[in-house]
Amino acid sequence: MSAQAQAAPQAAHPQDELLRTDRIPHIWCSGCGIGIAFGSLMAAIAKCDTPRDDISVVSGIGCTGRLAGYIHLDSFHTTHGRAIPFATGLHLTRPQNKVIVASGDGDLLAIGGNHFIHAARRNVDLTVICVNNFNYGMTGGQLAPSTPFGAKTTTTPMGSPDEPFNFCALAAACGATYVARWTALHIRRLTTAISEAMNKKGFSFVEVIAPCPTAFGRRNKIRRSLDLLRFYYERSVVKNHLAPGEATIDFDNKLVVGKFVDIERPTYLDQYDMVNRGELEAWPATGVDASAAGQRKAG
Amino acid sequence: MGRRVGLEVSLACAEVVGLCNADVVAAYPITPQTHIVEHLSEMVADGHLDAEFVPVESEHSAMSCCVGSSAAGARTFTSTSSQGLALMHEILFIAASLRLPIVMAVANRSLSGPISIWNDHSDIMAERDIGWIQTFAENGQEVVDLTIHAFKVAEDSRVCLPVAVNLDGFILTHVIEPIELPDKEEVDAYLPAFEPSQSLDTANPISMGIVGMPEIYTEAKKANAVALEDSYEVIKEHWAGMAEKFGRTYKPIETYRTDDADTVFVTMGSLGETTMSAVDQMREDGINVGQVRIRLWRPFPVEDFMEAIAGAKTLIVIDRALSPGLPAGPVATELRGLLYAKGASPYVANFVCGLGGRDVTRAQFIEMYQTAQKAAASGEEMTCQMVGVKE
Repeated sequence: MSAQAQAAPQAAHPQDELLRTDRIPHIWCSGCGIGIAFGSLMAAIAKCDTPRDDISVVSGIGCTGRLAGYIHLDSFHTTHGRAIPFATGLHLTRPQNKVIVASGDGDLLAIGGNHFIHAARRNVDLTVICVNNFNYGMTGGQLAPSTPFGAKTTTTPMGSPDEPFNFCALAAACGATYVARWTALHIRRLTTAISEAMNKKGFSFVEVIAPCPTAFGRRNKIRRSLDLLRFYYERSVVKNHLAPGEATIDFDNKLVVGKFVDIERPTYLDQYDMVNRGELEAWPATGVDASAAGQRKAG
Repeated sequence: MGRRVGLEVSLACAEVVGLCNADVVAAYPITPQTHIVEHLSEMVADGHLDAEFVPVESEHSAMSCCVGSSAAGARTFTSTSSQGLALMHEILFIAASLRLPIVMAVANRSLSGPISIWNDHSDIMAERDIGWIQTFAENGQEVVDLTIHAFKVAEDSRVCLPVAVNLDGFILTHVIEPIELPDKEEVDAYLPAFEPSQSLDTANPISMGIVGMPEIYTEAKKANAVALEDSYEVIKEHWAGMAEKFGRTYKPIETYRTDDADTVFVTMGSLGETTMSAVDQMREDGINVGQVRIRLWRPFPVEDFMEAIAGAKTLIVIDRALSPGLPAGPVATELRGLLYAKGASPYVANFVCGLGGRDVTRAQFIEMYQTAQKAAASGEEMTCQMVGVKE
């Protein structure tokens, strides 16, 4: 090593202990919002009382999917769309673990959409963080289930004809116990939301609206990351506890952010344990009078 | 008479699908296939191709959508790679058994894990028995010609089967090559509008995909297998038609300097071009070596292959995928079975190389030759060797 290289100051990140520094530099483009979401996640983990050995991170395929390879915790980089089922298996085997799923909108809600709705329905105790950049960034910016109606992608060069999902409304409708959405410029509130989601029993969901200047921004003429961040931030209106169905992402009007759901509901394991203990009531609870069946008179 | 252009092979593939007047393209992006479908979506958006482009939510949906559109009588195209092909798995059998002439470009890529986006043949070798016609392109021009040929064969009323055209990911998909793109009129003359033998039609309702009870399942599978075997003659017939129309000749098995060759390399896909240059170098050094390239993988051209290797004392079979638990790669395993059935007994040396994008050099082919010669001289059976493994 040359004297010059030795003299160069070693750049340190406040969360280096949570990073696999040997894997840095990472693959994310400059201006990408994943770094902010990742930083918030690490800040939330740093504040968390759970022993590090009991925290695991699962991701799928895509730009955000690479996160599992950079975090210095037990982590699993799964196949495309399957982060939630992998995480469910991990959670059921080590229920004491805090299992965090961190992945992108395409991975969690297109190819993996079915797993998302069923894990929320069962209320599996997972913390799901979705970095929503409105397109498939890694493969070059194709249409995603989050792409706004009319926005351009490489597979919809004239604009998307599809209505996008409202992920927060979907998660809430499926039974999630914690649902929040923040942009990548709401860093403190995002970190708080991830902390709350990690401490919440049940299926908790945090959506991060993140800039993808390289693919999404470029095709929609907002090429600079800061411009994209401002575009999202300036349209955002904080409306905590708003009915998730009304928490729209409307770029011509309001991009609603906030904590929309924070409720208690028995988790999948709570209910599963009831079955094992034989505490499940007969279905239907009101009972059926078999003798009355067929005896109702017409009219 | 066509035009000679410098074009990325993926874009050439998309352009030729356009020349073939595809009606429906349903696809999900996956590296290294993306440029093919992105370019198709542009062609549709620009009005250059009158087709529906469906950006579905997974490859499982892509192939399912293709089955639906093909069943309704639309000329249907898709493309995928690796995990995407694996995710299509269950529908691939259905496309073949329903006799739907879907054409798919498979940008060959390794399977996870570890996650790898680079080239080998592990994706398609895992789908060997799907009942599709399967061809392997060696360069960009072959991708263009095999794609036109694929529609022609698939839709022939004597065939009615889906066709997978394999092109090596990155090595072909992302490389700019000089390509002769035929004129629209030439393609139209070769490939008339799709006339489905049967399709979903509200005026004459039919049911597709229904249950086959034990009384009929075996017969249905037999009919499928026979259809695939019988497609061989039609495939050759349409390659002959292609030679007449476009001036380029294709055969199920190609040979290179095999006439007096004692040793013959057997290759599939783009790696064959490197092999060819290694063969040239060895020939200059006075070594009697040749090469056989398998272009048609399913239905396997048994007689053509036997004829191509007749006279060779040693075969060096190159595999681009593993068959763990068996001391041979998938191609070598098949060829050994075939040779045994035919009573032929050349010495078979088998090498697995180029996994997950690892380059294979001309020098390594020469080393393979030397290893094979030594093993053949010893007369002892040689188990499959992986080339270039770092110890």
